[in-house]
Amino acid sequence: MYETKYHKASSVADAVSLIGKSDDGKLLSGGQTLVPTMKARLAAPSDLVDVSGIADMHGVSISGSTVTIGAATTHANVAGNADLQAKCGGVACLAAGIGDPAVRHKGTIGGSIANNDPAADYPAAMLALDATIKTNAREIAAADFFVGMFETALEEDEVIVSISFDAPAKAAYAKFPNPASRYAMVGVFAAQTVDGARVAVTGAGDDGVYRQFDMEAALDTDWSPNALAGVQVGSEGLLSDMHGDATYRANLVKVMTRRAVAGCA
Amino acid sequence: MTEGIGARVLRKEDKRFLMGKGRYTDDIVEPNQAYAAFVRSPHAHAEVKSIDASAAKAMDGVVDVLNGEQLTGDGIGNIICGWAVTQKDGSGMNMGAWSALATNKVRYVGDAVAVVIADSIEQARNAAEAVEVDYKILPAVAQSMDALGTGAPEIHENAPGNVVFDWEIGSLEPTDAALAGAAHITEMEIVNNRLAPNPMEPRSAVATYNNAEDHYTLYTTSQNPHVARLVLSAFYQVAPEHKLRVIAPDVGGGFGSKIYIYPEEITCLWASMKTNRSVKWTSDRTEAFLTDAHGRDHVSTAKIGFDKDHKIVGLKVNTKANLGAYMSLFSSATPTYLYATLLSGQYNISNIYCDVQAVYTNTVPVDAYRGAGRPEACYLVERLMETAAREMGVSPVELRRKNFVTSFPHETPVIMTYDSGDFATNQDQAIKAADYDGFEARRAEAASRGKLRGIGFSNYIEACGIAPSAAVGSLGAGVGLWESAEVRVNPVGTIEVLTGSHSHGQGHETTFTQIVAERFGLPTENIQIVHGDTDKVQFGMGTYGSRSGAVGMSAIFKALDKVEAKAKKIAAHVLEASEDDIVIEGGEVKVAGTDKTMGWHEVGLAAYTGHNLPEGMEPGLKETSFYDPTNFTFPAGCYICEVEVDPDTGVTDIIQFVASDDFGTIINPMIVEGQVHGGLAQGIGQAMLEGVVYDDDAQQLSASYMDYAMPRADDLPNYSVHHASTECPGNPLGMKGCGEAGAIGSPPAVINAITDAIGNNDLSMPATPSKVWAALQAASAKQAAE
Amino acid sequence: MTEVSMTVNGKAVKADVPDNTLLVQYIREHLRLTGTHVGCDTSQCGACVVHVDGKAMKSCTMLAAAADGADVTTIEGIADNDLHPMQTAFKENHGLQCGFCTPGMIMTATDMVKRYQADGRELTEDAIRHELEGNICRCTGYHNIVKAIADGASKMTSA
Repeated sequence: MYETKYHKASSVADAVSLIGKSDDGKLLSGGQTLVPTMKARLAAPSDLVDVSGIADMHGVSISGSTVTIGAATTHANVAGNADLQAKCGGVACLAAGIGDPAVRHKGTIGGSIANNDPAADYPAAMLALDATIKTNAREIAAADFFVGMFETALEEDEVIVSISFDAPAKAAYAKFPNPASRYAMVGVFAAQTVDGARVAVTGAGDDGVYRQFDMEAALDTDWSPNALAGVQVGSEGLLSDMHGDATYRANLVKVMTRRAVAGCA
Repeated sequence: MTEGIGARVLRKEDKRFLMGKGRYTDDIVEPNQAYAAFVRSPHAHAEVKSIDASAAKAMDGVVDVLNGEQLTGDGIGNIICGWAVTQKDGSGMNMGAWSALATNKVRYVGDAVAVVIADSIEQARNAAEAVEVDYKILPAVAQSMDALGTGAPEIHENAPGNVVFDWEIGSLEPTDAALAGAAHITEMEIVNNRLAPNPMEPRSAVATYNNAEDHYTLYTTSQNPHVARLVLSAFYQVAPEHKLRVIAPDVGGGFGSKIYIYPEEITCLWASMKTNRSVKWTSDRTEAFLTDAHGRDHVSTAKIGFDKDHKIVGLKVNTKANLGAYMSLFSSATPTYLYATLLSGQYNISNIYCDVQAVYTNTVPVDAYRGAGRPEACYLVERLMETAAREMGVSPVELRRKNFVTSFPHETPVIMTYDSGDFATNQDQAIKAADYDGFEARRAEAASRGKLRGIGFSNYIEACGIAPSAAVGSLGAGVGLWESAEVRVNPVGTIEVLTGSHSHGQGHETTFTQIVAERFGLPTENIQIVHGDTDKVQFGMGTYGSRSGAVGMSAIFKALDKVEAKAKKIAAHVLEASEDDIVIEGGEVKVAGTDKTMGWHEVGLAAYTGHNLPEGMEPGLKETSFYDPTNFTFPAGCYICEVEVDPDTGVTDIIQFVASDDFGTIINPMIVEGQVHGGLAQGIGQAMLEGVVYDDDAQQLSASYMDYAMPRADDLPNYSVHHASTECPGNPLGMKGCGEAGAIGSPPAVINAITDAIGNNDLSMPATPSKVWAALQAASAKQAAE
Repeated sequence: MTEVSMTVNGKAVKADVPDNTLLVQYIREHLRLTGTHVGCDTSQCGACVVHVDGKAMKSCTMLAAAADGADVTTIEGIADNDLHPMQTAFKENHGLQCGFCTPGMIMTATDMVKRYQADGRELTEDAIRHELEGNICRCTGYHNIVKAIADGASKMTSA
């Protein structure tokens, strides 16, 4: 790992100030992606501003139908939150399947979405639920936030503070893990929201997370796995790699959507 | 005797590992230690035009930057291959030179061209990035078939067409004639996938040159420290043998990959002398993928013929073996004498012919990996047998049984003499344990849930304890494959056994103790096993090829014979009895039929005080043996795999895996079962998960656990492990070896099961979900077309 | 350089370390507690698992500076002179061979058992296999590790 300067931020304002003052700084939350990337010498931030200790950025709160999750909340704390399990089990379940137990104890929702790894799980839920990403400066709709592979709408010195969304009537996440990395080879978050059916796919697209509109339309007509039978998923725009080509991923999009819908509570 | 032969004694070595008190190479810190970081080629094939280390040398903490010209200039020799294979035409191998640090040319991604020695590992890595190497990139090939094609780049000047050797075994014309007259022929192309061994402890070396004593010490992750010392001194001229101590402390798994003496260990020793610092290097995981010898990588065509009664009449095989960019230590033996000699399987086959073209490619060198040649043979034979049974519409169980070798010794057409075995009993036991009769009902039940069930067999035979030395020498081996042992009885009667075998997970400290405990009736806590240090243990050959039981323990057994004989002489003298009447049991040395007795410790004391020994006897009680077996041993067994495939995704679940093995005498069933479990996991990993992937430019795409699928707990089933043993007549303990069987026998069982489930025999390893799904699509497309 | 202070195995420790020091480097190289191992570069093998403030974490994937003020337990600290019930279970069930992955396995296993017991959930064989997603063993084929953890769980309950 290259040399870096570590700072522990005490508040969101402190984090913003520290990152603003740094030469080429990066925010560090759980570090479960950033630290391995730095170990591999693929990232060399001059400064690391650790936001994981900022109290305001922790926890899950539910007010009416709105769920708010602090950006530094670990996957384990999202997965284990009883209120969230009751209100939107799909998101809790998704969090329970990220990485492995040790990774879930450290990795955070804010870190995951800020990185926008094309195989990360959270972006699918955020996009499907039309989540709002709240930063120190503004609120960004998920559809505008996820720009492309490893790219988001965040400015360099912008800190994600929390994520909020309206709990859907039904939601579930179905993930097909890559046999090696266990990241999502295809992950589908299906939700029945006030605005209609939502199907968001991670892992498969060559430009990151995306919505499968034709499936949403079919589900709007009939919310059931059978409604998807006639929908063809093409392989264009899907990833091909040693673990599976685009044709296989297209099949998995279909199968995982069916399973997500079937698994919806 | 609760701690003797056959007892499930808990392991003596466990406590230190459980408490975090194991001592692995990277745990060792020498005073004034510096760190090595290698400058490695990012190209698969390139000329090295220049190396500029001036910027790197000026960086903080950098002690020196050394290159291949300096290394060869200091007389460090090229890396050797330890087994000379003779080609069809009688000529020798076309072996290209391999220097620990490449000079003019690099031949695979990861080939090292320089090394940075610095005060800290981060400083060394920073400086390694600052070494400027000017490469002229050359075309590269990764696959053996491509390397043999016209216009392929030439990797070594002295290997025209990239052929390392073209070798044959068996008789061509009789085999062709037998196949011409066959009633049925099964013909297949069979690929054995390339694997990365992946012991969990990465390779590591800590080298120290002491200029006051002109002496070197090397701590290293080795399966065979004495062989390492011999090769480092006699061939690489790093240091004379008596000035070099090699210690392999606790070693975290090997699986073959830690047999070899790699460029990094050589370089660290030399760099320690150059810099007058202790030098440590520890591989990271990606470096391990790029430098640890890979395994397998065969492309074969095979033809097996049957008469009208379904008896095998002949087998003809051609294999292209990818050896990578350089010849590793046993790379020539693995696809020849460790492979084609097992092509008769468990069957009576009168005519076999196999030829093997070994090929250079721009990939990591390929060598022995758990099973080494035998998995390749077993996979080929057992895929052929299952496929033939399907084609002829006969039971795979009956087809095998009809062709079993049933009388021993049995000479095969590929130079092996099977000494013992009872293949039918192993098969019966496995079939019963798997409830094979109930399979069709289970298949129907699975179908009712939309799942595809399949069952597959594998009847493996393998060869362990390569021997005798004179025979392997005549086949080209550069070493003898005996083993040594020294049994030291201390004056207080406790015992140290110094063995040339090396334990890196096999539990030698326990099993080796058990045969000593059995012999003298001593508690195992009174016995200590010493291994892995060339300053303590006399020359020995190390642990690989499942040899430590049949060969290593036999050496101990022979040394125990000598200790027992001398102890009896001493006791007879002290107790004034005839030597023939002395019996040793329960820690007591007794005169049979009398109440005259002395404690075992009193014999030890008598031996060392020397006050009352028989006339002319030397004091002391310590004996040595060098044991050279008379033949290979032949573990064999029957494996059954039952799977369920999800047709929507191609995901395969192993419902049950049954193993029935014949390992001869078993010293500790708990440890033997553990060896089988681990071997099965590696075999199932090969069949379903693991594969090294290169792209067209010979870049390794699977060089981390992000892309190389290591078997995890939820990929694997519980195993149903059984034994049905016949004693091996070739060694005093009757042992055959158990370390590799699981990895050898399991891959064909898995693929036979999956192909049975999906109704498409065209499936290669690793049978990942995407491949299985594609094979299912192909099968249904074919069905639709028919 | 950054000053870090934390409690490791019940003992307060303090040191100046380069900011890019990983927790595992601090544990192995500064504290010389070498039972915690490194087996991969990508946070997958789990040989480095320790407990930070009572939770299993991968010490190769966090900075020592980020553990400032934390209570860290390594394999050397889970029992005094004798073996922890989970360590005993690994021995009795032959749940280890080369021993390299073992410390991480034990740390993951005790964490898993504590969580399941706290939640009142049953630690089935399937659950154990799933929970071991972040720990790789190359020797045992997991059969005996799974048995050992089940046995260790019941030993921890009765202990």
